[in-house]
Amino acid sequence: MEYFLELSSSGLVRGSIYALIALGYTMVYGIIQLINFAHGEIYMIGAFVALIVSGVLTIYGFSGVSILILAALIAAIYAAAYGYTLEKIAYRPLRNAPRLSPLISAIGMSLFLQNYVLLAQTPDFLPFPALIPDFDFMEPIAHIMGSPELVILVTSAVSMVALTVLIKYTRIGKAMRATQQDMTMARLVGVNVDNVISMTFVIGSVLAAIGGVLVGSYIGQINFYIGFMAGVKAFTAAVLGGIGNIPGAVLGALVLGLTEAYAAGYISSAYEDVFAFGVLVLILILRPSGLLGKAVKLKV
Amino acid sequence: MVNNVKQSVLIALWFVFLTFPLLVVKVNTLKNIVEWRWINMLWVAIGAFALSMVWRWAMVQRQLKSKKAELGEEELAKPGFGLRLLEDPKIFKPFLAVLALVTLVFPLVVDIYQTNIMVLALIFVVLGLGLNVTVGLAGLLDLGYVAFFAVGAYTYGVLNSFFGFGFWISLPIGGLMGALFGIALGFPILRLRGDYLAIVTLGFGSIAKIVIENWEEVFNGAKGIAGIPRPGFFGAEMTITAATTYTYYLMILMVVFAIFITNRLKDSRIGRAWMALREDEIACVAMGVDMAKTKLGAYAFGAFWAGLAGVIFASRNTYINPNSFTFMESALVLSIVVMGGMGSIVGVIIAALVLILMPEYLRAFAEYRMLMFGAVMVLMMIFRPEGLIANVRRKYTGRKVTTEGANV
Repeated sequence: MEYFLELSSSGLVRGSIYALIALGYTMVYGIIQLINFAHGEIYMIGAFVALIVSGVLTIYGFSGVSILILAALIAAIYAAAYGYTLEKIAYRPLRNAPRLSPLISAIGMSLFLQNYVLLAQTPDFLPFPALIPDFDFMEPIAHIMGSPELVILVTSAVSMVALTVLIKYTRIGKAMRATQQDMTMARLVGVNVDNVISMTFVIGSVLAAIGGVLVGSYIGQINFYIGFMAGVKAFTAAVLGGIGNIPGAVLGALVLGLTEAYAAGYISSAYEDVFAFGVLVLILILRPSGLLGKAVKLKV
Repeated sequence: MVNNVKQSVLIALWFVFLTFPLLVVKVNTLKNIVEWRWINMLWVAIGAFALSMVWRWAMVQRQLKSKKAELGEEELAKPGFGLRLLEDPKIFKPFLAVLALVTLVFPLVVDIYQTNIMVLALIFVVLGLGLNVTVGLAGLLDLGYVAFFAVGAYTYGVLNSFFGFGFWISLPIGGLMGALFGIALGFPILRLRGDYLAIVTLGFGSIAKIVIENWEEVFNGAKGIAGIPRPGFFGAEMTITAATTYTYYLMILMVVFAIFITNRLKDSRIGRAWMALREDEIACVAMGVDMAKTKLGAYAFGAFWAGLAGVIFASRNTYINPNSFTFMESALVLSIVVMGGMGSIVGVIIAALVLILMPEYLRAFAEYRMLMFGAVMVLMMIFRPEGLIANVRRKYTGRKVTTEGANV
């Protein structure tokens, strides 16, 4: 039982990280039907910026939670800036191109950003400082769920609630929903579609950066390549839940995280990815448009 | 002009801000020192300024071009040299002859290293032609194509190391195994469309790699299989140079074969069914095309070429390990297809040669080549989204239908 709880907690942690990244994928996809392959790279850049900021701050004598907050804040700002620029350079000129063109452009950008970080920083793994403090009250159950896990779960939950509020109750959220439903119509009623798309990238990037900071200090090391696998997994999660659907992305991410954790714990850690994709294939066979996705009736 | 400069200065400042933490700051956590590389900031500022000027000019050109196309003035009078090369028999035939001559003489004039790279490029030509069927003709986006390539390579590796099978027996078996896997993987995902399909195929690609990596008994895990023999020629002993040259000619034959088959297939019954499926699945099925058979056919056929290419790849390297079959390879082959101009055979060949040879000859810039590769992919998509050689589609041109027109 204890083991099961342990696995569940690590599965939930994984799942919520995937969810933070998957939200960016699914939001972008919902609006412009683009698989933003470079989204994982934004997450990686977020983690790198946080690492650099925390390193500099540590050397200049800061300590404790102030580092965590500053690092996360600056990482989020930079991720947003990168997401914004990415969209402007690589995707906006391709708005009306054939479907595969932006995908290739995204793969190209992903390669570019990976190698940019590799050249600018280092190809090696860098140690990431444990920014999340240890809480005393978590001591009794630390073997099941430690402080970092708690912080990750709480932060992700808060971010997701904030996102939901943003989308449901604010002006920009309304504009986003309108654009998602019908871009031409939204433009006709005066929504600045370009701005909405930029905002979508910015919001998605901020979430990814939060994920990057959390993962960095949870796992303890990062390199330029971490974005790729995280991106693929997050995209898997988004598809699993029904791409374009925001609660679906979270659900899909949790299902994926738990599946991986249980598969790694009970069967074989080497094959955890096989099970992750296996679940994906299985669910898509039964529900071709994902867990919460609506089956789209296509007409000729 | 002043406005332009002002805008470029702003862009340069933006990029200075953007690249500041990654390019300027470098923290050494072990020695606890911060390295400030201010010189990089200068480079970024200058580079961003210059590039933004070029970028703006290029975007204006691009807009002019698309406006022209809208007005129907698109170079009807003067088809580009690339197109004339392919269509005008007066140019086409001598060109083909020269090309054939160059191809035949190539390994005799350059050294073994160059030939070897060319063999690799030709392998990717075959992969591109194969994926071109699945993605370009049938419109089934496949991000895990490398799995079939791995199937071919490991078929030869395993058959050879366990049963001592030679190259020539393994070649057809590799191709058939590829096709078999294509059908096996295609079957569960028949109902999926577009991006769902993309992620599932990506998953299959990853699964293939993980299984190879972890199944030590058969695939020898991450260590890979070594000592795979090169292609034999009636049991003749060959030096490495001779064997490489021989493999090269073999590849040329295979490419010609692949071109012939795929080209003929394009106009066959199933080829037209694939294109109909790509254009509109529902309409296509309503017209009586068997969706399952057609889709599986596309997967099997695409995978068949990957299997063949895999066998040759294994024999070229004489060593295979799972690292040759990552998502990067899938992305590379897909880029070849898209950059070549979806469905266009000549385009695929050129794109494969460019994409494989470019990183090799860019070794002078060794560290920067992947960076540039990524940038080129993005730029290509923005400024030439239809690919290097756009696929010429048959068009109904009103009354001017002639027998010649039917051959386009």
